[in-house]
Amino acid sequence: MGETNVKLASINPDAQKARDLLRIVIVGHVDHGKSTLVGRLFHDTGSLPDGKYESIKAMCERRGVPFEYAFLMDALQAERDQGITIDTSQIWFKTEARDYTIIDAPGHKEFLKNMITGAAQSDAALLIIDAAEGVREQSRRHGYLLHLMGVRQVAVAVNKMDLVGYEQEQFDLIEEEYRDYLRSIGVEPTFVIPVSAREGDNIANGSKSMPWYKGPTVVKALDSFLPNAPLVDQSLRFPVQDVYKFDQRRIIAGRIESGSLKVGDKLVFSPSNKTAKVQSIESWSARDDFTPPTEAVAGESIGITLDEQIFVERGELISHEEDAPIETEVFRARLFWLGHDPLTAGKSYKLKLGTFETPVTVQKVDRIIDTSDLSNSESEQVERNQVAEVTIRARRMLALDEFTNNGRTGRFVLVDNYDIAGGGIISMEGYADQRSMIMATKSTNITRVEHGVSIEERARRNGHKGGVLWFTGLSGAGKSTLAVALEKLLFEKGYSSYVLDGDNVRHGLNANLGFSPEDRAENIRRVGETAALFQRAGMLAITSFISPYRSDRDRARAAAGDSFHEIYVKADVETCKQRDPKGLYKKAIAGEIKEFTGISAPYEEPDSPNLVIDTAETPLEECLEILINYVERNFRV
Amino acid sequence: MDRLDQLESQSIYIFREAFNRIENIAMLWSLGKDSNVMIWLARKAFFGHVPFPVMHVDTGKKFPEMYAFRDRYADEWGLKFLREECPPIEEVDQSLPPAARSAARKTAGLKKAIEKYQFNALFAGIRRDEEATRAKERVFSPRGQGGQWDFRDQPPEFWDQYKTDFPPGTHIRVHPLLHWTEVDIWAYTQREQIPTIDLYFAKDGKRYRSLGDKDITFPVDSTATTIPEIIEELRTTKISERSGRAMDHESEDAFERLRADGYL
Ligand SMILES: Nc1nc2c(ncn2[C@@H]2O[C@H](COP(=O)(O)OP(=O)(O)OP(=O)(O)O)[C@@H](O)[C@H]2O)c(=O)[nH]1
Ligand SMILES: [Mg+2]
Repeated sequence: MGETNVKLASINPDAQKARDLLRIVIVGHVDHGKSTLVGRLFHDTGSLPDGKYESIKAMCERRGVPFEYAFLMDALQAERDQGITIDTSQIWFKTEARDYTIIDAPGHKEFLKNMITGAAQSDAALLIIDAAEGVREQSRRHGYLLHLMGVRQVAVAVNKMDLVGYEQEQFDLIEEEYRDYLRSIGVEPTFVIPVSAREGDNIANGSKSMPWYKGPTVVKALDSFLPNAPLVDQSLRFPVQDVYKFDQRRIIAGRIESGSLKVGDKLVFSPSNKTAKVQSIESWSARDDFTPPTEAVAGESIGITLDEQIFVERGELISHEEDAPIETEVFRARLFWLGHDPLTAGKSYKLKLGTFETPVTVQKVDRIIDTSDLSNSESEQVERNQVAEVTIRARRMLALDEFTNNGRTGRFVLVDNYDIAGGGIISMEGYADQRSMIMATKSTNITRVEHGVSIEERARRNGHKGGVLWFTGLSGAGKSTLAVALEKLLFEKGYSSYVLDGDNVRHGLNANLGFSPEDRAENIRRVGETAALFQRAGMLAITSFISPYRSDRDRARAAAGDSFHEIYVKADVETCKQRDPKGLYKKAIAGEIKEFTGISAPYEEPDSPNLVIDTAETPLEECLEILINYVERNFRV
Repeated sequence: MDRLDQLESQSIYIFREAFNRIENIAMLWSLGKDSNVMIWLARKAFFGHVPFPVMHVDTGKKFPEMYAFRDRYADEWGLKFLREECPPIEEVDQSLPPAARSAARKTAGLKKAIEKYQFNALFAGIRRDEEATRAKERVFSPRGQGGQWDFRDQPPEFWDQYKTDFPPGTHIRVHPLLHWTEVDIWAYTQREQIPTIDLYFAKDGKRYRSLGDKDITFPVDSTATTIPEIIEELRTTKISERSGRAMDHESEDAFERLRADGYL
C-alpha cells in the first residue's frame, strides 16, 4: 500500500508566495493579428513549452502554409484549417513583474459572444489594429464593448507594421483616428504601440526597424497595468446564493460583491426589506487551530448565520441599513444583444441580476447605438450584435444599483428561451428609487379609528359615491382644462367634487419637495393619499398630474382601492408640442428644462386605463360629455 | 485576499451555483491532485459536507497506491462514494491506437454511469492550462445526449452568469477548477495540507506529473520530493504537464476528437 503522507518541509518560503495575477484580453478586428501576437509574445519571452515551436512548424508544413504563431492559441482543427479564431482561449504567462492570464478573443463578428466571454473576465485589454487595413468595424465595437463592460485599462497595438514599411506616417494616422474614437466614448489608452507580431517588433524586444518609436514594448505596457482590486471600500452588497441546512446551522451562503461585514452588523435584505443581525460567519477548515472569522470582505465566498430566524431566499441582496440598494420595478439599461432572435419591445425575457432571477418585459427600446460613429436610431428591435438603450420592467420589486455606483450589482443578463442572449448595465435616469416609498410607513403602533358614519350612509346623503378620477397624460394633453371644466359641471349637477392640481399642491402640502425622481414620486404618493381621503369623505377627487410612471399610479390606486379610476388624457407628443400652452416644450427641446416628460424623460402609458379621452381627435365639448356620462354611470346612486 | 483565496472563492461560487441550479449532480473523482483539490473545495463550499455523490469511473488499471488512497479518503472525508466500472477493452473500437482506445473506454464507462444514475450534470476537475482545447472550455459546458461537446458553438459566459437553463435531456459538465494552474493546485495543496498520493514525488530521479492509467502514463525526470520542490520545478520547466499522457500525442487532433466525443 502506498503511503499517503504530505510533505510540508519548506525550502524556499519566497517561492511559495503567490504571485500577482493580471488577466489581459486581446481584442480587435478579424485577422488583425491577435492570436499571432500572443504566439509571438510566448516565443520572444521564451515561454513556449519544449517542442511547441517544432510541432507548430510541422502543422504548418502539413498544411503547406508559412509558419503561423497563431496556431499556439488556435487549437481547434477548424480554426487552424480556416486561419480564424472561433472561440476564446486562455494561456498563462509570466514576466518578472507578475503572472498573466492572456485571453485571446476572436475578431470575427460571428463570434462576438465568444469575444464577450473572454473580455468579461479581464482586468485590462490590448486592442490590435492592422496597420495596412486601419480602424475597422470590430476595432470600434470591441473598444465600445470593453468600455461598456467596465474594462477601463486599454493599450493599443498597431500591428503588421512590416506591411506598411514601418512608416511612422501610417502609424500616426491610425493612432489619431483611434484615439479620437476612444476619447468620444471616454477611454484614454495607456499606450499606442507600433508592432509587427510576425517579425517580433516591439513585442518583448524593441524594434530596429522603427527607431522613431520611443515608447514601451507590449510586455512593458502590460506590466504598467494595475490589477483590479475587489470593491472592499464600497457599500456592502452580498447577494444570497443559497440557504443551507446541512446540520443544526441555517447558513446563508454567498459571495460578498462589495464592501464588508462583521459579526453583530445589522443587515437589510432587499427587496423583502427584512432585517437581522449577523450572529456568526461560518467557514470550514480541516485545521485544528482554526478560529472562525469575525469579519469578511468583498471577493470572499462566505456563509453567515443570523440572530433571528427570518425567511430569506436566494436572490435577496444583503446590505447595511444606511446604504441599501435601489428598489425599483423598472430600470434603464445599455445592453449588447447576442441572441439569435432580436430583442423585441413588449417581449418577455428572464432577468438574471446577481443571483436573482425573474421574468421581465422590455417596455421600450429607447435607441439603437451604432458603435461605429455613435449615432442613434429608433427601432422596436435590437438585432444580434447591436448595442442599444432599453427600458426594462419586472413584475416585482428588484434590488439593484446603478452601474456607475457599483460595477457588480449594476449589471445583468437576459435569458431568451434557454440561452443567455444579452448583457447590460443599469441606469435609473429619470426613474425614482422606490425604497423610501416602500418604507414610508415609519410610524408603528397605529390603529385606525372606526368612523361613526359608513361609506354607504355618506353616499346616500350625497346622492353619489366617493371616488378618485385620476387624470394622467402628457403636459399639454388637456388634463387641467378638462378637470376644471368637469368640476364645474359636476357642481351644477349636485356632486361634491374637488380638483387637485400640480401647482396648487406644491404650494402647500408638497412645498418641501423638489424635482428629483424621488421627490416627484413622493409628490404623487401624497396626492394619491390625499385623493383617497377625499374619496373616503364621500367626494369625487379629480387629480390632474402628468404622473408618467406606472409604479406611482399603482401606488395611488392602492391607496383608493376600487374607487380609483384611471383616466388617460391622451394626446401625442407632436400635438402637445404644438399646443405648448406654457412654452415648456420649447424650453425642454432647447435643453433649458431637464428631464421633461415626453422629451427627455419617459411617459409610461397606462396598461389598462378605465377610460381613454383622446383630446387630439375629440373636441373639448365631446370629451366633457364622455366624462360626465362616465361619472353618472359609475358614481350616481 | 491573495491569489489562492481568489481562486478558492471563485470555485466555491461555481459549486454553489451548480448545486442550486441543477438537480441530480455528481462529482467525478479521478484520485489525482486536481480532483482531490476539487473535493476539498466542495467541503469548503458546503461547510464540511459534500452534498452529492462522488464517483470514480474505474478503468481497473490505476496504480495500487491510487486505489489505497481512494478507499481511505472516501471513508475519512465522509463521501457518498460510487464506483463504476468501464466496459472491457474488447468492446471498444479496435481500430483506435492504444491510448486513444483506453480513453474511449473511459468515455464509454462515463456514459454508462450517467445513464445509470440519470445525472444531469457532473463536476469535473479539468483546468484550462492543461491542454489547448480545455483552454476553450466554459465553466458550465452543455453536452449532447451522448456527452458530445459542440466546441464550435459554445454559450456565452460572462459576469459569473452561467448557462443554467437547458432543454430537457441536456447534460452539463461543470468545471470548478477551470481557472486554476498546475502551480496553483500544488500551492493550494500545500497551504491546505491536502493528502496526496506519493507517486507525484520523485523516486530514483522520476516522478508522475499527471496520473492516468498505468499502461499509458509515464513519469518525468525530476528530483522534486516535496511540494515546494515541485512548485520550484514547475516555475522553470518547459515540459508540458500532459507530456507523459500518451493519448494526447497520437495525432495532431487526437485530444480534440476524444473531447468532442465526451472525454473530459
Ligand atoms: N505581415 C504580417 N502578417 C501578420 C502579422 N501579424 C499577423 N499576421 C498575419 O495575419 C493573419 C491573421 O493573424 P491572426 O493572428 O490569426 O489574426 P487574429 O486577429 O487572431 O484573427 P481572428 O482571431 O480570427 O480574429 C495571419 O495569416 C498572420 O500570419 C504581422 O505583424 N505582419
Ligand atoms: Mg485569433
